[in-house]
Amino acid sequence: MRIHIPSALRSYTAQQSEVEVRATTLADALAALDQRFPGIRFRIITEQDTIRPHIRIFINDRQTFHLTEPLHDDDQAYIVCALSGG
Amino acid sequence: MPSSTNATTSGTVTLFIGTRKGAFTLKSDRTRRTWKLSAPIYLGHIIHHMVCDPRDKRTILMAASTGHLGPTIFRSTDGGKSWKESSSPPAFRKRPEGEKGRSVGHVFWLTPCQTNEPGSWYAGTSPQGLFRSDDGGITWRPFSYVNEDPQYIEWMGSVQDGTPDGPKLHSIIVDPRDPKHVYFGMSGGGIHESTDGGTTFAPLIKGMETVEGFDAGVVTYHDPHCIRLCPSNPDRLYQQNHCGIYRIDRPSNEWVRIGKAMPKKVGDIGFPMVVHPRDANTAWVFPMDGTTVWPRVSPDGKPAAYVTRNGGTSWSRQDKGFPRSQAWWTVKRQAMTNDVFNPVGLYVGTTQGEIWASRNEGATWTCIARHLPEIYSVEAAALGR
Repeated sequence: MRIHIPSALRSYTAQQSEVEVRATTLADALAALDQRFPGIRFRIITEQDTIRPHIRIFINDRQTFHLTEPLHDDDQAYIVCALSGG
Repeated sequence: MPSSTNATTSGTVTLFIGTRKGAFTLKSDRTRRTWKLSAPIYLGHIIHHMVCDPRDKRTILMAASTGHLGPTIFRSTDGGKSWKESSSPPAFRKRPEGEKGRSVGHVFWLTPCQTNEPGSWYAGTSPQGLFRSDDGGITWRPFSYVNEDPQYIEWMGSVQDGTPDGPKLHSIIVDPRDPKHVYFGMSGGGIHESTDGGTTFAPLIKGMETVEGFDAGVVTYHDPHCIRLCPSNPDRLYQQNHCGIYRIDRPSNEWVRIGKAMPKKVGDIGFPMVVHPRDANTAWVFPMDGTTVWPRVSPDGKPAAYVTRNGGTSWSRQDKGFPRSQAWWTVKRQAMTNDVFNPVGLYVGTTQGEIWASRNEGATWTCIARHLPEIYSVEAAALGR
């Protein structure tokens, strides 16, 4: 599956805007992402495994709030920085 | 901060400036007449605190977050030439499924331990949490039991009891004579002390007042803004509180409100507190308007520091060089500091993005930087030979 990385997080991914990982759940995908780019997960997911207040995650065209969300090989995950003021 | 009671007579001074939109440094030689401003560091990141380790004068830690992303700590071990992220930033313990746990919103305060604990640091967070690193800030762990203790959780109160951008644990102080003797403050939640290395903590709030109508016996209602220990007399601490200026001389357990000697028209409300590195009778505050709806700007639009030279018995106004009127400054609790030269240099950062300096212990002031983003913190370090 493919994860789309927002510009605010591309310092972790060597400026890559898309990253391919193998995962069956969103939790697995974020773990795989963090393994390749250490530290990136904690910037978007809290220590209580919740999505941070100004981050949104979409699977294809549907927003999800659950790390247990199942994923398929052809899914696209989008990490989006929501509006958070100036 | 690790204590210094010796006047520095050579070398340079560097100011480490945390702002809402990145970090900056200002550098000068010991004359402190001309200053060189750096380019922004991590532009756009919210930098709550940036501290140089006085034990090695090379390690710098920076508490950072952004509008979107979670908190982290950036660290440099080469004096700021290069930066890496902590591999395990401060985070509360994960609660079991079904239980409500807390999440660190931002790291607010950084304190290097004393020279007898090289590489060790404390961090205070929002919401209130106490963390420690023993590897120079690479990894962090919850320190002591306060982050999980039901009594401490109660004392921390709710978000409504804290400061507008989140309740905070701050003013972590390590006794230079004994690393097991630790103080910290919480806004809100009072001042707390451990003498056994964090095995136990106890409130130290006797004598402190609360907002009218609130019971001063309830720890939650206490809001210390900034606490400082005197390097030249570690038994003396000063405190700028939401409700006045205080001093305590240990082993007494009772704070004395020394702010009552401030001019009535100015009051004794503010955020920062600065102590002289070699004279425990000398301390500075930067008063804010605490009347009506708590405007938290310079009273009457006339900025001034106030100094006591006698432990708070009396205070003198220091405003030479500051604007004479229509200057509605706010100076946050981490945004006033000192160097260790003789005479002592003082530095004030405003939320309007200006840095003002005095190289004669507050007698005269000069603006040394302007047009910076909103300033959250200023720390001074004497570097080099």
